[in-house]
Amino acid sequence: MYEHDVLIIGAGLAGLRASVEAARMGVDAAVITKVHPIRSHSNAAQGGINAPMTDRGDDWEGHALDTIKGSDYLADQDAVELMSREAGDAIIELEHMGVIFSRNEDGQLGTRRFGGQKVARTFYVGAITGSAMLQVLYEQAVKLDVNVYEEWFVSNLIIEDGVCHGVMAMDIHTGELHMIRAKAVIMATGGAGRVFEPSTNALICTGEGLGLAYRAGAPLMDMEMIQYHPTTLAGSGILLSEAARGEGAYLLNAEGERFMKTYAPDYLELASRDVVSRSEQTEINEGRGIDGNIHLDLRHLGRTFIEERLGYLQEVALEFAGIDLAEASIPIRPGMHYIMGGIKTDINGATEVPGLYAAGETANVSVHGGNRLGANSLLDTVVFGRRAAIAAAEYAKSAERHSSDESMLASEKERYQALLDRPADLRAAALRREMGESMVAGIGVFRDQKTIDAAIATVENLRSLYPRVAVDNKGKVFNTDIMAAIELDYMLDVAHTICAGANARKESRGAHYRTDMPDRDDENWLKHTLVYKDGEGSRVETLDVTITNWTPVERVY
Amino acid sequence: MEQTLRVKRYDPENPGDAGYQEYNVEVTDTTTILDALLTIREEMDGTLSMRCSCRASICGSCAMRVDGQAKLVCKTRLNSVAPDGETITIDPLGNMPVIKDLVVEFKSFWDKTRAVEPFLKPEGIVPEAEYIASDDDMVHLVGVVNCIQCGACVSDCTVLEVDDSFLGPAALAKAYRFVKDPRDGHQKDRLEDLNKPSGVWDCTRCMQCVEVCPKDVDPMGRIMVLRDMAMEAGFNNTSGSRHTESFAKSVKKNGRLDEMKLAVDSMGKFNFPALIAEAPVGLRAIRKGKFPWKAHKSSEPDKVKQVFEKIEGNK
Repeated sequence: MYEHDVLIIGAGLAGLRASVEAARMGVDAAVITKVHPIRSHSNAAQGGINAPMTDRGDDWEGHALDTIKGSDYLADQDAVELMSREAGDAIIELEHMGVIFSRNEDGQLGTRRFGGQKVARTFYVGAITGSAMLQVLYEQAVKLDVNVYEEWFVSNLIIEDGVCHGVMAMDIHTGELHMIRAKAVIMATGGAGRVFEPSTNALICTGEGLGLAYRAGAPLMDMEMIQYHPTTLAGSGILLSEAARGEGAYLLNAEGERFMKTYAPDYLELASRDVVSRSEQTEINEGRGIDGNIHLDLRHLGRTFIEERLGYLQEVALEFAGIDLAEASIPIRPGMHYIMGGIKTDINGATEVPGLYAAGETANVSVHGGNRLGANSLLDTVVFGRRAAIAAAEYAKSAERHSSDESMLASEKERYQALLDRPADLRAAALRREMGESMVAGIGVFRDQKTIDAAIATVENLRSLYPRVAVDNKGKVFNTDIMAAIELDYMLDVAHTICAGANARKESRGAHYRTDMPDRDDENWLKHTLVYKDGEGSRVETLDVTITNWTPVERVY
Repeated sequence: MEQTLRVKRYDPENPGDAGYQEYNVEVTDTTTILDALLTIREEMDGTLSMRCSCRASICGSCAMRVDGQAKLVCKTRLNSVAPDGETITIDPLGNMPVIKDLVVEFKSFWDKTRAVEPFLKPEGIVPEAEYIASDDDMVHLVGVVNCIQCGACVSDCTVLEVDDSFLGPAALAKAYRFVKDPRDGHQKDRLEDLNKPSGVWDCTRCMQCVEVCPKDVDPMGRIMVLRDMAMEAGFNNTSGSRHTESFAKSVKKNGRLDEMKLAVDSMGKFNFPALIAEAPVGLRAIRKGKFPWKAHKSSEPDKVKQVFEKIEGNK
């Protein structure tokens, strides 16, 4: 029997930051993760982390305004204010923990400029900021001797009378299912990129955290807000960091023209991501693409600069596209990258399910609203990972230990057994691919009622086929086949909620751009969409956006 | 076109079936080995187990042996190892026990990383703002922080093959990262620890780790710097340190290596138990007529001496 006060699902930046805080508070906390913490997808964040540092002339209001404008006024302004105010301390803390941030000439932390922001306030480590931060937070977890269930797959929550009391998980090494009781659970499972195909996201980004919370009764908020990153490699969809443009790279169309001057005369390549992706897609759609792509040109930055400041980008370009960035421009296009939507939480990470908290990409506080600024996601993970841990630990202090019903484990075992017993029929991967392609087609950079309806129909059809999914692997040890089948079950829920959000929002805002309703409608839609599970289906509700200091105005870059 | 992959299979629940299984996969010029393995797992045979995640050489999950050499399969295109469509062989990483198929047990890897106290240990008053440090120092550390702990170097380390107590290239590169961090306050303690048996002196400089590292971390180069730093910090009481010094001294004096003296100096002149333990080697050398009774001398030892003086003068 496993028991903890606080159990954190996921060991990326949000999960590890939460674990460090819980350990400092002296509560019995543990992390459970389906991959070793170092393998978590936070390591793929490249460009940096934003913070307005007052000791170098920046101010939190500036960062808050850029974030809110970037969100197309869908972010909750109280949450943004809090993130902007806490950012400086978060960066200094990370530096003290050991992150090797780049320095300026005085030996202080140096910055680069990122999209959608007027000033350079992005702190960074080459083009491996996420990896460098993840390593350090893991080092701190090692130092504090945080208990980690490594390579355990959480496949269900223990929910009784609407309250979360822990999880049910498979030890991937043995194939055994266990109950892990916890007074509070923090969901820090990251994004759901694999619901789309292609995506910049890792193969592990299957979003079961979103699906688990949804089935437990927590609403998923603004799920239609899907970020298409402006610079992903054609084909594989591998990410090329915004740091390239932050450091001065150009976007060129077939005519060799820096076309962003037409769409964002002030910010050019550094407009917010939704704007740049739409501009690129427009160029491509209007026949000014290059084999269906746009070119990213870094040549004028010079080889030394590229190799020192953007080394990982050069590696990706060479290895995955066979292009030397110092010699040639590289074909890129918008690619699915991030989900602004997620499990609705308050500013302390609490969801609507007692005992269940969430932080990081899987949560929606909401600080990103309709469009996340580059380098705000890392900030989100550390600020709200910490806050969720504090709130969960406080909750755990007053919560009673709960003796969960063992029969829940028996029914979870049956779920696995049914998959094992089913004779060969449909493969999870085939269904996943069909879902992914239909989601990119239906909930893309541009969407309209027809594309949304088509995606809804495909997802519904795949849901009806899901009971026929079977696995080849009938063994116990390291059975990734059965994991993929269960992941798909939750991915179909996530896809459903994304479609439901997109169908409900009758306007264009941020990343949700409907060609059939191209205007933002503040009168009716300064609102979040909330998708609740309702019996076998779902229902969509809305909730007013929290506006404090910043009145919505037209967004121009 | 079609490519054949021979994949090592092992299932602890049916150990008798272990062996290579061949799969024929439809591929293109740009197909990576990971793409091909995913096609196998997702379309042909779901029983195949492996670790993989980011597809972009940053998560460190998918290191495996390709035709005997450790590689990240996500960043290795098929045509780079099989330009004429030759069959390629995929094995799990070496020097770690196999759990299933291409999945190995990383416990010893992480335990050794833990052994070097892999976290910053600053001393003194914590500044209110950031620590002041030079950008050059930080950029230099990026070279080691690039390590994604994929295990390729550990897999192909020739010392670990015969001595699993060796900390190994990955843990030592991690140690280097903290020794070289200007914010760390325990450089000397760290060097003292790394100087112990199983530490920096156990590397035989075979270059395998440098060769297979997919992120150009250069673990062996880092180990060599740690050796120099340990000696400069005054940690000379190791056979490795004595070996280095005796080697240089002998060549400087004779222009050639005095093998007998090197052996005795390395163990320590008064380390009788170790000297006695080496006696059988000496006896075997005598029997084969290979015992170095007299130090060999170069025909022009002065010229060698001049080389030394020039280098030492430049220091």
